[in-house]
Amino acid sequence: MSDNNQPVLDIRAVSGGYGDINILEDVDLKVHAGEVVVIVGPNGAGKSTLMKAAFGLVQVNAGEVLLSGEKITNISPDRLVHKGMSYVPQERNVFPTMSVQENLELGAYIRKDDARAQMDRIFDLFPKLKERRKQAAGLMSGGERQMVAMGRALMIEPTLLMLDEPTAGLAPAYVHQVFDWIRAINDQGVSILMVEQNAKQALRIANRGYVLATGRNRHEDTGERLLADPEIADMFLGGR
Amino acid sequence: MEFLQLTYNGLVLGSILALGAIGVTMIFGVLRFAHFAHGDLMTVGAYVALTFVHWLAWPIWLAALPAIAVTSILAVVLDQLFYRRLRRVAPVILLISSFATALMLRALVQIIWGPDNQVYATGISIPYRIAGLVITPDSLKVLGATALMVVVVHLFLAHTKMGKSMRAMSDNVDLARISGVPVKRVIFWTWVFAGALTAVAGILLGVDTRLIPTMGWNILLPIFAAAILGGVGRPYGAVLGGLIIGLAMNYSVLFMPSAYKLAVAFIIMIAVLILRPQGLLKGISL
Ligand SMILES: Nc1ncnc2c1ncn2[C@@H]1O[C@H](COP(=O)(O)OP(=O)(O)OP(=O)(O)O)[C@@H](O)[C@H]1O
Ligand SMILES: [Mg+2]
Repeated sequence: MSDNNQPVLDIRAVSGGYGDINILEDVDLKVHAGEVVVIVGPNGAGKSTLMKAAFGLVQVNAGEVLLSGEKITNISPDRLVHKGMSYVPQERNVFPTMSVQENLELGAYIRKDDARAQMDRIFDLFPKLKERRKQAAGLMSGGERQMVAMGRALMIEPTLLMLDEPTAGLAPAYVHQVFDWIRAINDQGVSILMVEQNAKQALRIANRGYVLATGRNRHEDTGERLLADPEIADMFLGGR
Repeated sequence: MEFLQLTYNGLVLGSILALGAIGVTMIFGVLRFAHFAHGDLMTVGAYVALTFVHWLAWPIWLAALPAIAVTSILAVVLDQLFYRRLRRVAPVILLISSFATALMLRALVQIIWGPDNQVYATGISIPYRIAGLVITPDSLKVLGATALMVVVVHLFLAHTKMGKSMRAMSDNVDLARISGVPVKRVIFWTWVFAGALTAVAGILLGVDTRLIPTMGWNILLPIFAAAILGGVGRPYGAVLGGLIIGLAMNYSVLFMPSAYKLAVAFIIMIAVLILRPQGLLKGISL
């Protein structure tokens, strides 16, 4: 971390996909320390695929991925966790039959030290989880499950947290809350990369945003400027 | 009175089924793999214990220890030798290979220990009679050992890091992997643990009845029925499923010839698969 300009995550000219066919074509993306970066774009644009490519879940066929300057292209997820990277998938992101507390414990699997202090911090962020810590995660509401999912990912005290559509399927009241949490997590120094369908709201809390379409970079700018651009608003943010 | 006796006998059989079903359900949970050689692994466990009982005149509980060790190691070896290599291929190949393994194990048992009936202890032990109920000392051993094992399984799954990792993999393999759970190590210990349970189940089956090379194979169907009824991947469900299947098989003699006991387990299994495939405790969807 000697070089302050070095991005936490640096995706350079990445092409990749699920088989021989590349879903992603020559995609670039950076997350600087302390930033919230949002990826928006139409369905099937490759947003989730890009995140998976960074996390070693999708084959990168060309280009490279760097984590704080270290090359991590095609490194498996269980090793990336040790490097301070955490990922919350779009779906199936909790252990449904396990209690809230056990979900958090599993998030801390790789920690050799006592993770209780971190669990307490997560309970401070999500007091509801403390109340419900004995309850099975699968029996909770969508919003509560999202708390569990984020809490699990935070247990390693990641430097980079990747969230794939954290507000998907949530009631509007909760959507607002999720963005508050993300800001609170970011305030604690965690860099955040997220994919969001609620693009306008997400761009409002983002430092920068990327518009992805058909597996390629279309636009990249600060959240504010992307929001202000009428063409982007028309094409990707569902009008103004 | 007959009903009471059938209930008791049903619980004894159900205990053995439960122990077998816990192993089957854990292996399925962690590996998504219906292990058809499970019954024959039970047989091996039972016969290894027999060797120590006959040659060294060890009491059965002591002979259980080397039997557990041998069966666990054998389970790991089978996984490393056959199943591990086939995991990436189509699941049906894995299934067929476990059938083949079952045949191999059975043949091995016949070669080493011979095809004839054998028992751990000869002579007749005098049963207790309580309120018209006939309770053999052997059946008490089965119930006691099962209760002990269920407590061990519970403590392991609820309170150890490895046990929790196994439950996590049953719940969501991908999420376990991205949380940094060492998947291969968990698979290894799943075979060790399931192997140990399998040995105990086999020994208890031998204690309750007698040893023949087909003993485990013959009981495989009700064990799978128990695992499915309880909810695949749910160890507590397997216990519940085992007891229910054991009771149902015994109660069935009130209505039909006892030769149809196995058919009862089969019918329950099919009915569950059609009507409630997730089982009683909402297991993995099949
Ligand atoms: N597991 C997979 N195997 C093969 N192709 C896939 C797989 N997952 C996604 N794809 C394909 O990759 C492309 C991009 O999908 P991706 O999930 O990355 O889109 P997305 O931008 O996240 O869309 P959404 O907004 O619907 O989540 C799509 O054409 C999709 O069909
Ligand atoms: Mg997506």
